[in-house]
Amino acid sequence: MSLLDVRDLSVVFQRRGEQPFTAVDKVSFTVEPGQTVGLVGESGCGKSVTSLAIMGLLPKRGNKVDGEVLFDGTDLLKLRRDDMRDRRGRDIGMIFQDPLSSLNPVIPIGVQVAEVLERHQGRDRKQALREARELLDAVGIPDPDRRLKEYPHQISGGMRQRALIAIALACKPRLLIADEPTTALDVTIQAQILTLLKQLVDDTGTALIMITHDLGVVAGLCDTVNVLYGGKVVERARRHELFAQPRHPYTHGLLNSVPRLDSIRGERLHAIRGSVADNIPWGEGCAFAPRCDNVVDACLEGPPPLEPTATGGDLRCNNPVSEEVAVP
Amino acid sequence: MLRVIVRRLLQLVVTLIALSALIFIWLRNLPGGPVDALLGERATPETRALLTKALGYDQPIHVQYGKFMQRILTGDFGNSIRTGDPVIEVIGRAFPATFELALAAMVIAVGLGIPLGYLAARWRGRSLDHLTVVGTLLGISIPIFFLGYLLKDVFTQNIHWFPPSGRVGIGLDNTNITGFFVLDGLLTREFDAAADALWHLILPALTLATIPLAVIVRMTRASVLDVLNEDYVRTAEAKGLRHRTIRKRHILRNALLPVVTTIGLQTGALLSGAVLTEKVYNWGGLGTLITDSITGSRDYPVLQALILLAAFVFVVVNLLVDLSYAFIDPRVRVR
Amino acid sequence: MTEPTTQAGTPAPRRKDERPGGGNLNRLGDRKKARLEELARASSGKGGVSLFRDALRRLRRNPAAIVGATIIGLFVLVAIFAPLIAPHDPVQRFDELTSKLAADNIPGPTDGFPLGSDELGRDLLSRLIYGSRQTLFVGVLATLIGLAIGVLFGAIAGAFGGWVDNILMRVTDVMLALPALLLAITLVALASRSSQWTVIMAVAIVNVPIFARLLRGSMLAQRESDHVLAARALGVKQRSIVLRHMLPNAMTAVIVQATLTLSVAIIEAASLSFLGLGDPDRDRAEWGAMLGDAGVRYFEVRPELAYYPALAIIVVALGFTLLGEAMREAIDPKNRR
Repeated sequence: MSLLDVRDLSVVFQRRGEQPFTAVDKVSFTVEPGQTVGLVGESGCGKSVTSLAIMGLLPKRGNKVDGEVLFDGTDLLKLRRDDMRDRRGRDIGMIFQDPLSSLNPVIPIGVQVAEVLERHQGRDRKQALREARELLDAVGIPDPDRRLKEYPHQISGGMRQRALIAIALACKPRLLIADEPTTALDVTIQAQILTLLKQLVDDTGTALIMITHDLGVVAGLCDTVNVLYGGKVVERARRHELFAQPRHPYTHGLLNSVPRLDSIRGERLHAIRGSVADNIPWGEGCAFAPRCDNVVDACLEGPPPLEPTATGGDLRCNNPVSEEVAVP
Repeated sequence: MLRVIVRRLLQLVVTLIALSALIFIWLRNLPGGPVDALLGERATPETRALLTKALGYDQPIHVQYGKFMQRILTGDFGNSIRTGDPVIEVIGRAFPATFELALAAMVIAVGLGIPLGYLAARWRGRSLDHLTVVGTLLGISIPIFFLGYLLKDVFTQNIHWFPPSGRVGIGLDNTNITGFFVLDGLLTREFDAAADALWHLILPALTLATIPLAVIVRMTRASVLDVLNEDYVRTAEAKGLRHRTIRKRHILRNALLPVVTTIGLQTGALLSGAVLTEKVYNWGGLGTLITDSITGSRDYPVLQALILLAAFVFVVVNLLVDLSYAFIDPRVRVR
Repeated sequence: MTEPTTQAGTPAPRRKDERPGGGNLNRLGDRKKARLEELARASSGKGGVSLFRDALRRLRRNPAAIVGATIIGLFVLVAIFAPLIAPHDPVQRFDELTSKLAADNIPGPTDGFPLGSDELGRDLLSRLIYGSRQTLFVGVLATLIGLAIGVLFGAIAGAFGGWVDNILMRVTDVMLALPALLLAITLVALASRSSQWTVIMAVAIVNVPIFARLLRGSMLAQRESDHVLAARALGVKQRSIVLRHMLPNAMTAVIVQATLTLSVAIIEAASLSFLGLGDPDRDRAEWGAMLGDAGVRYFEVRPELAYYPALAIIVVALGFTLLGEAMREAIDPKNRR
């Protein structure tokens, strides 16, 4: 059994007086124990909303969540609010994009780590702080005794993200969701944090869902990659297949827009033209069609289905990129 | 930190000195000044000159001010023109009444305002929220003396729940120790007297609390709404913390920071409001003293001391609030 | 076969020619066209006034603003057309009313006097209608005077900085050291006898430091802002930077504050009347004086004398507050979308 089995997850935002907006559209994917799975796409593709839906962290009102999120066989979406509360932080941990705003500014770091242990492991404050110190040490924060008493504004961005990782991993969850964990950090720090994450998930056997727009992150970390576009999975493949042979024109475009060290000098970087705002609704065809170089008539007649590929992945495209024109 | 405190204290002293000088000079140079106030307008020039000399008003203004400041620092604010008693005694007698009233009003405003503001924010857009928003708007739009009369009319004339005015009921022997009647009653174990004093306190305190309450509710609501959108609240939720913990440690702990400043500023509304409220309920405190010292013949020494006292209280309270801020918000600490 | 994007008049993105699928692509072109037109509409007039227009648009969609503006509109209309609306002369005492006046009786509604008499046998309704004029007069004048002096202070402090700023701000400190009503009481008490003007001036002066601080703060913030730095870099003169760039921007906040101040001013004037420091002219009909003086004095005889002016004050104060806060919300960059 998969650790996490997301089936036909949909999230529709409905504000009063506004058109309903489908942010996540029947997304399905699985995460096996210890596996690292990437959710990749531009901002607005529904990757963060997917993670918040899994965690049960979407606002109480103004949205409708459908489908199933089976964690160890239990549908998290059907859990009572308090039962879900018991699982968050214990079974599933989460780290966020902006480490400064994600930490409470008026509470010492130590307490912010310790309170998870107090909540889920029944530790008293003293014991929890002792363990928090070990955790800070484990995520590579120097001089953890001092940091325990310090406040978020007193430590560096990289250290803040390490503290958030310590919080998320404090109860040794079986699944960790990382939502753009390096986007707000300096490039030099990004690599450190990714290395740390990789080491931690390897050491503890925690499964990881890595949400990112950055294919570089995916390349270094993920076993399987789900590419999302307009709220739907458009391509799913194992990492090596995806990088060697991207089939969906969108994935292809994403890969081509990454600067490469081995690229031929003077060769242009290809950006995907247009923006998410050009999307057409999935009901009318392929949402990516207006930006697609490979568009065919069928793309505007209805949504293409997600079909298994020969290499064991899935693909939602009428006219995939053929092998001959693959990555130059 | 220490430097900030010293700087603020110096600023405070400068402000108070400037204020005292302004009031002092102004009061003495106006037609209908202290001499006229004592003698009335029909006094002969001779008596007027005599009194002017006797009171030292013929000396240069800076000399007068110097002497005035000297006396103030020794606690001598002169004598009341109206009663002839030393000003400091007159004020001392009236002070507990106002303090008791203002404290009760603040307890109501804070004790009711913060929970109400929090709930309105948590249930944004629902009926409690709408009710709160409309209620607070009315609260800041209604002249509070009118509200006082309204409350008095409803609760003392139509339904006899509360006494109409004054601080104690007739026929109750009240032992005066501190001047805080509720406290006095408790100290002397005259619980009926304490209950009676409390009984008299409720309506005036409610009236006086109106504006601070409305302002605190609005501020709390806005602040909680801001905090609810913060990433760290989402982090707290992602940790699976109990609702209680999130509310106390993550939402309120942050949301109440700006409210603290607001509470300090509401001291001003209390001081202003006390003048009006005390008149409505015939409450013998500092507010009544102010009204008495400006209507009819003006009791300048009393007025002067009261204004300085009000400014002193207001500025000191806000200084304390600002300083306490440094202790409750780690971001302000030691820089 | 047509090239759909150029047909739609777009600066066509670089794309390879000869693409499969003819007819359907026209639909794509149409979609693009519609979207571009929409974009063009949205961004037309993006210039100096666009922020203001933006705020106005948000204001028009806010029901609180509409209610507030309607109240104020009605209030101003009543004030302007008072002589046409009022059934009687507000100063005239009517024998049929005075004859019924007694220590424990003020006549209520009778024929020709829909709201009854006031404490001197005058028509209460006419006085209320005329009262809108005086109330508007007192409120607007007090606010304008306070605004004018405050803006002058604030602009000088903000434009010059340094010791000028320091001194002016210490002055406002002194004024802010006294709570509003106490300062107003002090000011009225300092004048030898109260009149309508002492009330107006007292309320005005109370608001001076608020406007001064507001304007100064806004100008200081702008001194560091990009558009002022840009103007400076272009060699625009200091005077014209202050007058053309900093002041107009800062004034938005001031206008919002003025709207809110109007409600406070009306209530403060009423409070002064209640304390016996108001306008002693009993002929003049002004809501604050009507409420604060006779209204509460005869509360036990005929509470309507207080109810009506109080209601008028509350509604008008509410109107200014609603509009003022809606304006503040509209110009708040946090709410820009």
